[in-house]
This record gives sequence, structure tokens and C-alpha cells, in this order.
Amino acid sequence: MAPSTLPAALLIARKDLAIEFRTRTAFFSALVFALLGIVIFFFAWDPTAVSPLDLAPGVLWGIFTFSGLLGLQRSFSLEQSDRAIDALLGAPISRESIYLGKAIANLVFVAAVQVIAIPAVQLFYGVPLLEHAAMLALIALMAAIGLVAVGTLFSAMAVNTKLAEMLLPVLSLPFFVPIVIPAAQATARLLSGRPASESVGWLKLLLAFDIVFVVACMLAFPYTIEE
Amino acid sequence: MTTPSVPASAEDTSPAQRTGIDWLFAIAVIMIALALTRVIYYTPFEAVQGPAQKIFYLHLPAALCAFTAFGVVALSGIGYLWLGDLRLDRAAESSAEVGVVFTTVVLVTGPIWARPVWGTWWTWDARLTLTLFLWFIYVGYIVLRGAIEDRALRARYSAVLGILGSLLIPFIHLSVYLFRTLHPRPIVIKPSAPSLPPEMLTTLIISFVAFFLFYLALVRQRYRLANERDLLELEEGR
Repeated sequence: MAPSTLPAALLIARKDLAIEFRTRTAFFSALVFALLGIVIFFFAWDPTAVSPLDLAPGVLWGIFTFSGLLGLQRSFSLEQSDRAIDALLGAPISRESIYLGKAIANLVFVAAVQVIAIPAVQLFYGVPLLEHAAMLALIALMAAIGLVAVGTLFSAMAVNTKLAEMLLPVLSLPFFVPIVIPAAQATARLLSGRPASESVGWLKLLLAFDIVFVVACMLAFPYTIEE
Repeated sequence: MTTPSVPASAEDTSPAQRTGIDWLFAIAVIMIALALTRVIYYTPFEAVQGPAQKIFYLHLPAALCAFTAFGVVALSGIGYLWLGDLRLDRAAESSAEVGVVFTTVVLVTGPIWARPVWGTWWTWDARLTLTLFLWFIYVGYIVLRGAIEDRALRARYSAVLGILGSLLIPFIHLSVYLFRTLHPRPIVIKPSAPSLPPEMLTTLIISFVAFFLFYLALVRQRYRLANERDLLELEEGR
């Protein structure tokens, strides 16, 4: 009996995370990339003209976007060696559960980078991010779901093209715009101590994006795998 | 990998049958010349903006054609995933390329107008940003097409991207609209009657018809090219 969608998805996510946990190559490169980004961005602005408080939300979301791409690139190129993808496709599970499993693993990956990068921004920029931990976690989670939903699908497509990893940012980044803008804006309002009601519009936009693109990408995924 | 659906749909027109003038193209070019003549010599200046406003007769029709083009890409994508007919994929391919050309026209004419009227070449206004990202999405679409050898896979991936791209447009619009907006309010397509003087409206309509014919003519040309390329690849046994 074939396992139903969600248990099968969790199994695939566990497999991907186990590979990542044992090798840790992608996670460490994404993390080092994020930390380097935090440092380099600090010097890209004149700190006497732009206060770190104004800088931090943009830096945070810029970095999550690009370090997320590093993890997403790996998601399906992992299955390229020895055509491991064929084994996944041959398994008696739905295509949707493959997508969902990959997406869950990517979500854990992005969240793990965020968990380290957010305190790092607080440390290096001296901004009170962790005072708003609950709200920030909500924004980060909603944004990460959107990033991962789209990125996982494009990762599956990019590995089958001649350009491979190079194509992923070209396809993904326009789709990340309606995630990065609301997330950075909501974070900025949070940091400047504005009432949470000012961010409701941005959060609704994130939620709508998540719903539409999780559904759309799951429906589209079966068309993106080459058999 | 073989693509079994190619033989069924690659024979709709044979290249040998087509010689002589592309009449649709010729009519479209003549219409554009007439429309431009009317724009330059027979349409009054706008009181505040002066001659700069005349670029609007190029800008708006080009924008509407670009949006139409990307609508065609999305609908053909849905149709392709549903029916698996490569003719729909060729229509999407052609329309996307022509759409990028029209979007480029929009992005070039906009700043030329904005410099004297707004005092700046570019501003991060909602519609400007949306158009810019539209351009990025469909340039990405063309890059994606170029990166896939297999014909059926190329068609499927482009269909997926075309559909997702059209779903993305309202989100980009909303997010940049919430960010800030400066673009003139709609003056032609709005619930009440257009607030444009009759001479200007006539010019605009002529210009729009000319641009739309030009869009159709370009897509038709591009479709033929795609068709012949598919035929050729089929003969080469790729």
C-alpha cells in the first residue's frame, strides 16, 4: 500500500535532511555566505548617513533570499547523481508528495539559516531584533514558505536545463519580490516600534502569496519532472 | 528523447507555400506610419505637458499590447498543459518574444516622457516597477526556453513559467502599490467616460489599432519561424 501524501513527504524531507546533516556542505556554505553578506553590507553604506536600524531589515531579507537560493540549488541537483530521481519517481508515491517533501526539507534549511543569521544581525548591527522574536518569527516563517514554494519548483526545473544552477536565480528572483518587499517592510515597522496593526496589510499579502503559490506550484510540479 | 507529439502538429503550414509579401505586416507598418503622422502633425499639444505628452500615443498602445502578449503566453500555457498541442507552445513562444519587445518600448518611452514631466528618468512607482519586473519575468522565460534541448520538455517548462508568471503579476502590483505610487491615474480605461479630448482619443485609438496589428503581424511571423524550426528539427531526427 502506497503511503499517502503527507507521510511520504515527511519521509523524503527526512532523507534530504539526513543527507544534509551528514555532509553539511550546503548548510555551512549558506551560513558563511549569510554572515559574509551581513558584514559586507555593513560597509556598503556610510554608517553616519544611514543608521543600522534602517539598514538591518533590508540586509536581513536580502541575505535570506540569496542564501536560500544556495540551499534550493542543491535540492534537486542532489538527485542528479546516479539519476537518484528515477528511484523517487518509481516509488509508489504521488508526485505531489515528492514536491512537498523537498519543500519541507528546504523550509527547514532556510529556517535554520534564519535562526543563526537573525541573532548575528542583532549582534553586528546592534538592533533589537530579538525583542520582537515572536512577530519576527511569524514574518520569517511566512516569507520562507513563499520562497521555498517557488524555489523548490524552479530548482526541479533548473537541473534539467543546460544552464542548471545559473538559471535558478534568473527564474526565482522576480518571484521573490512580492515576498521580500512585505517581509522587509514589516520588519522595518517592527524595528521602529510601530504598532503591529501597520504591518497587517503586508502580512496579508505574504499569506495570500503563500496560499496561491503553494497550491499552484504543487499542481505544476508533476509537469516539471523528466522521466 | 523522442517527442511523439511533434509530427502531429508541425505540418500546419509548409514553408514552400509562402512567398511574396506578408500583407498583415505591410498593413501594420503603413498603419503605424499613418498613426505617427497623425500624432505629430494633426493632434493638438496637451496644455500642461506640451510635446512630451505625444509619446503617450506610443506608450499606452505598446503597454496594452505587452499585457495582451503575456495574457496569450499564460493562456497558451494552460492550453498546452491540457491538450499537449505544440502549436499552442509555438504561440506562447512567439507571443512572449514579441511581448518583451513591446515591454522594452514601454520601458524606453516611459523615461523619455518622465524626464521633462516628472523631472526624473526613473522612479520606483508601482506601475514602473511592475513593468520592469514583467520584463524580467519574460526575459527569464526566453532564457529558460533557450536552455532546454528537448522539445516537449521545453514546452512543458515554459508553460509552467508562463502560468506562474501571470499569477505573480497581481502580487508584484500589490506589493509595489502598497510601497508607493506616482503614475498618472488611468485616463482612458476607467469606469466613467475617457477624459481625453475627442481629437486625442481618435489618435490614440488609431495608434492602438496600428500597434495591435503590428503585434499580430510580428507574432505571426515569429510563429512561422518556430514552425519551420520544429519541422527542421523533426527532419534532422532530433
